[in-house]
Amino acid sequence: MSGEIQLSRRRFLKFASCAAGGLIIGVSTASALERPAPVALLGDAWSQLGPYLRIAADGRIFIGVRDPDNGEGTSTSLARLIADELDADWSRVIVEPLGLGVEAGNGEPRWTYGRQHSGDADSIPAAWADLRQAGALARWLIFQAAARRLGVPAEQIHGANGMAIAADGRRLAYGDLASAAAALQAPTTAPPVKTADHYTLIGQGVGDVNARDIVTGQLKYAIDQTLGDTIVAVLARCPYPGGTLDTADREAAKRVSGVYDVIDIGPETGQQPGYTPQAPGLAVLAKDTWSALQGRAALKATWKPGAFVETGTGALEQQALAMFDNETVVPSTARDDGDVAAARKKAARALEATYFQPWVAHATAEPPNCLVRLDPDTSVTVIAATQAPRQAYAVVQRLTGFTPEQIDIRVPRGGGGFGRRLHHDQVAEAMLIALAKKPDEIRNRTIRVMWTRDDDLTHDFYRPMAVHRINASIDAKKRVVGWHQRMASPSIQKGRGVPDERLWQSEMMPDALPAGLVPNFRSDWYPLESQMLRGEWRGSPHVTPTFATESFIDEIAHSLKANPLDYRLSLLGEGRQLPYNGRGGPIDTARLANVLRLAAERIDWSRWLRSENGLGIACAYVWGAYIAHAVEVIPTTDGVDVTRVVCAVDVGRPINPTGLQGQIAGATMDALSTALNLAITVKDGQVQQRTLRDYPLANSAQMPNEVEVFIVPSTAEPTGASVMGVPSAAPALANAVFRATAVRVRRLPLLRELARLR
Amino acid sequence: MAQQGPNAPVPVPTADAHQPAPRPVREGIDLVVNDKRYRHTGDASMPLLWYLRDELRLTGAKYGCDSGECGFCTVLVDGKAVQACATKMEKLAGKRVTTVEGLADGQGNLHPVQQAWITEDATLCGYCQPGQLMAAVDLLARQKNPSDADIDKITNLCRCGSYGPIRKAIKRAAAAMKDAKA
Repeated sequence: MSGEIQLSRRRFLKFASCAAGGLIIGVSTASALERPAPVALLGDAWSQLGPYLRIAADGRIFIGVRDPDNGEGTSTSLARLIADELDADWSRVIVEPLGLGVEAGNGEPRWTYGRQHSGDADSIPAAWADLRQAGALARWLIFQAAARRLGVPAEQIHGANGMAIAADGRRLAYGDLASAAAALQAPTTAPPVKTADHYTLIGQGVGDVNARDIVTGQLKYAIDQTLGDTIVAVLARCPYPGGTLDTADREAAKRVSGVYDVIDIGPETGQQPGYTPQAPGLAVLAKDTWSALQGRAALKATWKPGAFVETGTGALEQQALAMFDNETVVPSTARDDGDVAAARKKAARALEATYFQPWVAHATAEPPNCLVRLDPDTSVTVIAATQAPRQAYAVVQRLTGFTPEQIDIRVPRGGGGFGRRLHHDQVAEAMLIALAKKPDEIRNRTIRVMWTRDDDLTHDFYRPMAVHRINASIDAKKRVVGWHQRMASPSIQKGRGVPDERLWQSEMMPDALPAGLVPNFRSDWYPLESQMLRGEWRGSPHVTPTFATESFIDEIAHSLKANPLDYRLSLLGEGRQLPYNGRGGPIDTARLANVLRLAAERIDWSRWLRSENGLGIACAYVWGAYIAHAVEVIPTTDGVDVTRVVCAVDVGRPINPTGLQGQIAGATMDALSTALNLAITVKDGQVQQRTLRDYPLANSAQMPNEVEVFIVPSTAEPTGASVMGVPSAAPALANAVFRATAVRVRRLPLLRELARLR
Repeated sequence: MAQQGPNAPVPVPTADAHQPAPRPVREGIDLVVNDKRYRHTGDASMPLLWYLRDELRLTGAKYGCDSGECGFCTVLVDGKAVQACATKMEKLAGKRVTTVEGLADGQGNLHPVQQAWITEDATLCGYCQPGQLMAAVDLLARQKNPSDADIDKITNLCRCGSYGPIRKAIKRAAAAMKDAKA
C-alpha cells in the first residue's frame, strides 16, 4: 500500500494510503528504511513524507508547507505550486505549516523535509525545483486509478477542479479515487510536471490562505500560544555590547506579587551570536506578563560597559573615510576589471560622492519570543517564529543533548521576519531558563520568554551602518570608463567563523551593476570594527550598495545634463547577458531596461523636466528579479511628501500575482519608511532608541496612498518576492527629492539630512 | 497565566450582558468583554492588554509596544478605539470591551470590515491586522464615508507596509455597510 520513486541519490517521491482512506504524497530526503512516527495531520499513516499532500476520501486536500511563513506568503504560494500540478479544487485545499522535520541519521540530524528556510527570498525558486513533483505524482496515481475504474487508457484522463475526467465526459472525484490510487504500483520514473499551457492556479492571483483566521483573531502566532501551565520570563539585559551586570535588587523583584524567581542568564562562551543569549541578563519568572514586567522594573538593574566601549556611528564613519584616504590600507577586492587607476588618469572629468547609511533595526511586528516545554528526561517542545528552524534545532539539541526524536520544533506563522528570525538568541534564553534550577512550584512549567519593544530595539542584530564612496571617470564622449566603488561596514559575518578575506560577502554582491557595463570597474570593501551585533536585513547585500550606486548614477546624469532615465538606458546599452556570480544570474540587461521603461511610462516620466514635483527613478537586479521604482515627491515646508510610487517588477513567472503585489508594495513602503526616518544610534556605549517614538516606523499618513505595482508577464524561472521591492526604492526617493529641492541627500535617514541641508 | 487559581478571571454565571450583575463574590472590577461579563480581582493597574491575553486568553489583541504607538492592541471600549497596552484595568469598571474575536456575530458571519480585509488581501504577516480592523470599525462608526484624510488619522502601524490594501479595505467596508443599511 505504498511506493516510492528515487529522484536522486538522497531524494525520493513517496506515496502511501492512510487509514481513513486517502492518498498521501511526499518528497523526502530520507532513506527508504525509516520508522513511522505519527504526525497529527497524517493520523496513523506514514510520516516523514516531506513536503507532502494528502487527499482525503471526502475530497479535501491537505498541503503541508515546509518553509516558515513570516509574512512572505509562502503558505499560499508553495501550496499553489502543488495544487496546480494536481489540478486541485483550491477551495478544498487546507494548508498546514510543517514543523521542523528531523530524524536521527548516522550521527547527524537528517532533515526529512529537505530545506526549511525563509530568507534571501529563495523559497519559491527552491519549491519550483522540487515541490511540483509531489503534485505530479499524485495526479499520475489518481489518473491511473480513474482509468481503471472507467475502463479507459490513463492518457485519456485529464483533471480539473479536483475531478478526474475521461474523454467521454465521465468524471470521478479525487477523494473517491484516493484509496485506489494509494494501492497502485509506483511508476518507474517520476511523472513529468505540467507544461505551462496547462497551469490553472499558477499565475492566477489568490488571497492569503490564513486571511480568515487573521481577521477573526484566531490565528495563533507563537506569542499567542501556551502549552499547559505556562509562566512568563522577561529579561533585563545588559545594554552595553560586551558589558556586564553591576547591581540588581533580586529580592525586590521576588517580592513583586506573582514573581516566582530571578535567574541569571548570559551568553555561553564559544558560541556564535544567534545561537546563545546576546547579553548578560536577569530573567524574571512570573505567573503572567504584567507581574514579570513589574518584577523586572523592581530589579533596578545597573550595568557596566565592557573594555571596549561602542563608539557612535560618527566615529565609525571617520574610520571609514580614513581608510578610503589611506592607500596603505589593503581592502578586500570583490571585483576588479581593467584598470580603474589608469582610467582615472585619462579621464576628461572625474566625479566622486560618499554616501552614509545608518544602523537599522528589524522591529518585527511580533517581537522575539519563544515557548519551551521541557520534560527533563524525555522531550522538549519549542514553539517559535523562526526563519531557520534548523538553527533553532541546533540550539535546542546542544543545550538538551536530546536525540531528534525528543525534540519537537513547531513553527507557526511569524509576525514579520526581515532577517531577525535567522537568529535564535531568544530560543537559547528560553532553553537555558527551562534547564535552570528553579523553585518546586514552577519546576517543569512551560516557559514563555517575552521580549518587549524596548528589548527588541536595543538588542537586535542590526543591519550594519555603511559608508560608500564612488569615483567615476568619464571620457570626452561622456562615457563612464571607470567606476571605483568602496564600501566600509562592520561585517555581518565577523565572529561567525568566516575567514577575514570573505567577510565582504555578506555586505555586497561582487557583480552588482554597473559591473560589466563599465570597462574599468573595481569594488572594494573595508572592515569597520564594532561590538554591535549585526545581521541580515531584507536583502541586505543589495540594499545599501544600491542606494549608493543608483544615487550616484543620477549624479552622473545630472553632471552630464542628461535625463536620468535615458542615461540609465544608455548605460545598460544593448540587451545582453552579463555574468553574475550569485543566485539568479546571469543578468539580462534587456529585462532591466524593460522595467525601467515600464515604471517611467506609468509615472509619466515625460513630465520629468518640467514638473514642479520631483520625479526620481532607480532600478535594481536582485537575485534573479528586475525591479524599477519611480517616485514622485512634493516639497513641503518641513521636508517632502511622497505622493506617488510606481514599481515595475519582473520576477520571472509570477506564481501568485496577488501575493507578489503585496510583497512588492510592502517592501517598497518598508524601504521608504526606513530611508525617510529610521536610524539606530549609539551614545555612551548603548543603543538610544527604546520606543517606536524613537524609531518611528511610518504610518499610513506618512506613506503614499498606494504603491502602484506592475508585474511584467514572464515565462522565465520564478524568483522570490519578499525582498525585491527594497533596494531601488530609497535611491528613487532620493533622486526625486533632488529634482524637487535641488538638494542631493547622501546621508540617511533622509528627512533629517534634508532639513539640515536646506 | 494559569486558567485556574486565585487570580483566574471570575466568570459571572450569566452570559447575557444585559442582565443585572449577580451579587459580588469578591471585590473587583466588573467589565464586559465581547458580551460576556468578567470580574477582575487582581492588580487594578494592570493594562487591559495583559488581562485580555494572559487571563482571558483572548490573544487577538497583539502586543507590539508599551505606550500606544503601534496600535497592534487596539480594542473598542464602549465603542471607541483605545490601545489596550495603555489602558489600565481600573479605568474599565462597567465598560464594554470588544476585541477582534467579538467582531463576527455568534453564527460566525464576518463583520463587513473583516470581509473587506479578506477581499482586498490586506494581510501580509497579519500581526497588526486585528488592531487595524478595530481602528477601522471605530473610524467607520464616526465616518460613514471616510476620505483618505480620515483614514490617515488612523495611526496604527503596519510593519509590512500593507497600508494601500488597508485603505482600500476600509473604503470597501464603508460601501458594504452603506449597502447593508439601504
